[in-house]
Amino acid sequence: MARDRKRYAMVIDTRTCVGCSACAIACKTENQVADGHSRVWIRTLTSGWYPALAMTVRSERCNQCTDAPCVRVCPTGASYYGPGGIVLVDPDKCTGCKACIAACPYGARFIDPATHTADKCTLCVHRLENDVPTTACQEICPTESIHVGDLADPSSEVSRLLAERDHYTLEPEAGTRPNLFYLR
Amino acid sequence: MKRREFVRIGSTATATALVGGGLTTRWFGLDRAALPQPGTDGDRIVPSFCEICFWKCGILAHVKNGRVTKIRGNPRDPLSQGHLCPRGAAGAGLLYDPDRLKRPMLRRDARGSQVFEEVSWDDALSEVARNFERIKREWGAGALVLFSHGYGGNWMKHLFKAYGSPNIAEPSFAQCRGPREVGFDLTFGSGVFSPEPTDMMNARCIVLIGSHLGENMHNTQVREFAQAIRNGADIITVDPRFSVAASKSRYWLPIKPGTDLALLLAWMNVVIGEGLYDREYLDQYGYGFDQLRAHVAPYTPEWAYPRTGLDPDLIRRTAHVMAGARPATLIHPGRHVTWYGNDAQRSRAIAMLNALLGSWGRKGGFYLPAEMELPPYPYPGYREQGAPAADRPQPSDYPLADELLTQGLCEATIPGLREQPGVKGWMINGSNVLTSIPNPAQTRKAIQELEFLVTVEVLPSESAGWSDVVLPEATYLERCDELLVPAYRQPYVAVRQEVVPPLYDSKPGWWIAKELASRLGLGDFFPWKDGMEYARERVHAAGLDCDVLQRDGVILGQLQPIYFEEGAPAAFGTPSGKIELYSQRLASLGFDPMPTWHDEDVEDPPPGYYRLLFGRAPVHTFGRTANNRLLSDVFPENEVWVNARVAAHWGLKDGERVYLKNQDGVRSTFSAPVKVTERIHPDAVYLVHGFGHTAKGLRVARGRGIDDNELVTRYKVDPLMGGTGMNVNFVTFVREADAR
Amino acid sequence: MTQEITSTRANPLIDPALSVWHGEVALYLFVGGLVAGLMVITGLWMLRSSEGPRSRALSLLPWAAPVLLSAGMLFLWLDLENRFNVWRFYFAFRISSPMSWGAWILLAIYPASIALAWNMTPGDLQAAALRRLPWGPWLGRLGQCAMNHVRRVAIVNVVLGAALGIYTGVLLGTMAARPLWNSALLGPLFLASGLSTGAAFLLMWRLDEVERRLLGRADMWLILAEIVLIAAWLGDLAVRGAASRDAAWLVLGGPYTTAFWTLVVTLGLLVPLAGEWLEHRHHGVPGRFAATLVLVGGLALRWILVNAGQASGWAADLAAR
Repeated sequence: MARDRKRYAMVIDTRTCVGCSACAIACKTENQVADGHSRVWIRTLTSGWYPALAMTVRSERCNQCTDAPCVRVCPTGASYYGPGGIVLVDPDKCTGCKACIAACPYGARFIDPATHTADKCTLCVHRLENDVPTTACQEICPTESIHVGDLADPSSEVSRLLAERDHYTLEPEAGTRPNLFYLR
Repeated sequence: MKRREFVRIGSTATATALVGGGLTTRWFGLDRAALPQPGTDGDRIVPSFCEICFWKCGILAHVKNGRVTKIRGNPRDPLSQGHLCPRGAAGAGLLYDPDRLKRPMLRRDARGSQVFEEVSWDDALSEVARNFERIKREWGAGALVLFSHGYGGNWMKHLFKAYGSPNIAEPSFAQCRGPREVGFDLTFGSGVFSPEPTDMMNARCIVLIGSHLGENMHNTQVREFAQAIRNGADIITVDPRFSVAASKSRYWLPIKPGTDLALLLAWMNVVIGEGLYDREYLDQYGYGFDQLRAHVAPYTPEWAYPRTGLDPDLIRRTAHVMAGARPATLIHPGRHVTWYGNDAQRSRAIAMLNALLGSWGRKGGFYLPAEMELPPYPYPGYREQGAPAADRPQPSDYPLADELLTQGLCEATIPGLREQPGVKGWMINGSNVLTSIPNPAQTRKAIQELEFLVTVEVLPSESAGWSDVVLPEATYLERCDELLVPAYRQPYVAVRQEVVPPLYDSKPGWWIAKELASRLGLGDFFPWKDGMEYARERVHAAGLDCDVLQRDGVILGQLQPIYFEEGAPAAFGTPSGKIELYSQRLASLGFDPMPTWHDEDVEDPPPGYYRLLFGRAPVHTFGRTANNRLLSDVFPENEVWVNARVAAHWGLKDGERVYLKNQDGVRSTFSAPVKVTERIHPDAVYLVHGFGHTAKGLRVARGRGIDDNELVTRYKVDPLMGGTGMNVNFVTFVREADAR
Repeated sequence: MTQEITSTRANPLIDPALSVWHGEVALYLFVGGLVAGLMVITGLWMLRSSEGPRSRALSLLPWAAPVLLSAGMLFLWLDLENRFNVWRFYFAFRISSPMSWGAWILLAIYPASIALAWNMTPGDLQAAALRRLPWGPWLGRLGQCAMNHVRRVAIVNVVLGAALGIYTGVLLGTMAARPLWNSALLGPLFLASGLSTGAAFLLMWRLDEVERRLLGRADMWLILAEIVLIAAWLGDLAVRGAASRDAAWLVLGGPYTTAFWTLVVTLGLLVPLAGEWLEHRHHGVPGRFAATLVLVGGLALRWILVNAGQASGWAADLAAR
């Protein structure tokens, strides 16, 4: 069993993201996400009092954590680390116990009403592992704010962006070591 | 049982279980899970261009087993460059909308009752042709009006011209872009049209005054806006609402609604007064500078402060930032600019400020777009001419309007409102007039007076619900339309072709027009076999390969110089041949030759009322996407944005549902949730347009949210070009409990 | 500094607040805890007194363990979204997943609790059963094997019972995503509560006076332990950080406050504690009333924890609407 040296990560520039939801719709149609459910969503955070205001706009999804509580808590091994550390769900093994959903600090998972198993962003692993270098959300984004690549490669775009720009992850105090980075 | 036996059996069993369990799990990694394979890549990928909004981005539609699985941007297309907005990506939500119109229908009960009977195309078209002929015979061709919106309307416009009626109107003129076309045309001799020639990707300063890019989701504009941000451009946003664009701006000017012209005049005052204008540029191309200097002298930032609520210091500082970046400074013309009735003059002020900073024809400002040369189809000349346009009371009214006024055509339909014989029949194609033309009560009244109303539509809209004949048009993914030859920084031609055959009994617009034409004896104006043959002939006549066009979706033309410094012609279609800071034309027509502020132009909201402002959400296009199941998942219903202090005063909670009632006592049909926010001026409330649908057939959209258009019961008409200023209505809150 | 947070996500069961586990899970937690208590108490009984149970009731009550546990497992199975994949639990052992431990513990409890119940069943009933059941002789040999290892069977029951009682608390307690649960004290709390409800369950039946008094005293100490653990758990949450304090607020002023303090603390702990102490002082015999309250309190505690725990989260996870 060869261990992958790749470490896939996603970097999103909040400076240019306008929160249009093209990412969410592209994901829905690429991955046939069930009606009424989304793997990708937009969150806005506004602070201040009129007219001294500031707002952050973020495109969010599963953070593909290095130390994923969902993988840890899964009793059947349905949630596992795939190529490049992407967190994936094998629906054949999933019993729908929902422990992973309760264990995710980001609320990124849900139950797919068609298969009755846990579902979430797969970082378009079917594209990345088939020589298509972009995820569906990355490809469609009109502001080109989404970047995906191999963090283990210092020359990759994601590595370069993280080296050059100030960035953060969501809820680092949850201790999950997310691989979705937001550029300030 | 002996202990040894027990132990032996027990341990064997346990060991087997463990090994077996381990063998079949990740623990030993021998049971590999198959990677998820959604399988949405098409076995056929067909290029076309989108029609969910009016930008017309090039798309690639993936078809798998005869079904459109997903839509992506066409990397070859200059407008989309492989990217799409959420609406374009959700095209399958329109194509497979179960509420789509399926078969032609004839009205069987009172108008508006939405009771129809499905009939054959032959019967429906015969009914339409019969009425068209009768109206022409009894009242003249001018008594028939076409309301059209969208690129598919080109076939019908051609039919109407062949038929002899000049009364073709698009709501986008008087209800949307019209004022800025006039304002820029008066100044530079050219409108800005669409796509706007805004060179944002090279700009070093962008001023958004009445534009909410990022929520207004015109793909290319947002992409260039993001590029400008990446390039470190300074963004200045003027908006009573803290928009997404405002959140990315260096300066946000929370202006009092209705006072934008005052700010523009004050900026001009600073730029001229402090000598920050582009002297060389104006010496070469400008006309009327001295008059302008004298005119703006009293409009100081201190004068503007009590009117706009903006600190004079801030006005000066932002003027300095703008001027510091010239000529790569772009004051965006906006898009929907029909606000207060003085909109053409306000747009002209924007044009003039651009001129002062030397941005027209310059890199980072406005480039001069180039178009590919494609000869038009060799139709016979339109035989019937001379019927009068019916959209204004006097031909001399609104002299600067170069398109027809939709609301004027409505008025012409109501007997007694006009002197000359009125309009008797309407055809509506791709426009929902009841939600796009303000004062819908008048539109409904006009509809009641009609002798005949036919609607060509994809969805069972409100307008379709009032019609006598409803013709189901195929969606943009199921039809061929007019070739797209836009004026843009990169000239090109794009084709719209059938991705999948029309569903149900829907037909493409070219077929409907052609069939009607043959029934009206106008068949020689539709000599081609089908839409694709029409396109093919035009493409060949231009010396291009149609197979390549159909395979790639676009054919690029030769790049032309787009800036003056590249050699683009510095010619201005104004009377003086120069950039008119002082407009001779306006003066001769008796209007202010330079925009002038009148304090009485702005009214304050009555106590307890708030100015109703409206705008866009990035996942919706007006009211036409509210039923799209993919998009309504993300944004199912609009909300009433209420300033937090105002909400506290009224005791309104976030998420509480309210109705809105306007100054004329008109209450919204449905309620919407309140969004208590700091992001809106305390004088105003804000709604995303396009909700509150009443059409029975729109099962997802019906009853969701508030229709802002039904609250726009009054509007101020722009005297220059007839635009309907709609932001002049004030609303108060009606709680759900009080509404019963 | 105000924070307006909006989210376009509206996934069923997740938004606006997490709601994936409901009555089934609360019921299982209650039943599981009760069975754990049963096993530990009856196992300890067998270990301390060589003659075995004094009352007929106590000698037969251990059979309740596998029966009740089956009910609990039924609740668990009903909670699964993909029920017919349940066998997958038994094709894996995930050392990092307390739920996986639980699946195997539950399986192992069947032979262990049946063996203990057999050992405690009076001889005449054993003989009568063997005569009636199919494969009687073969079952008889199995039963004899259990009878030959009374101490070992009892120890296995105590260990497995404790494991059953504590693992659900560990499962919830290790979820960093749910601050209300995220405490090392939850495991011991569930164990103490389980033991207490196990004792209360036994007290509902017609036991011998000695048995009643012993159980009553044990239950008193168990309730005291529970009170200490709850106080420690809440106190810890209240001082840890913003997310934990918000979580603690759910029962300290928030929507679950009344239910928690009346059903769990007052009726479920303090009143029975007082009752049992009074009985103990006056050498009376604890009645069914206190036991019922303990059971009600135990169920209420589980129900509140399951629901309030899902309502607790990290700030960014809570959408404004």
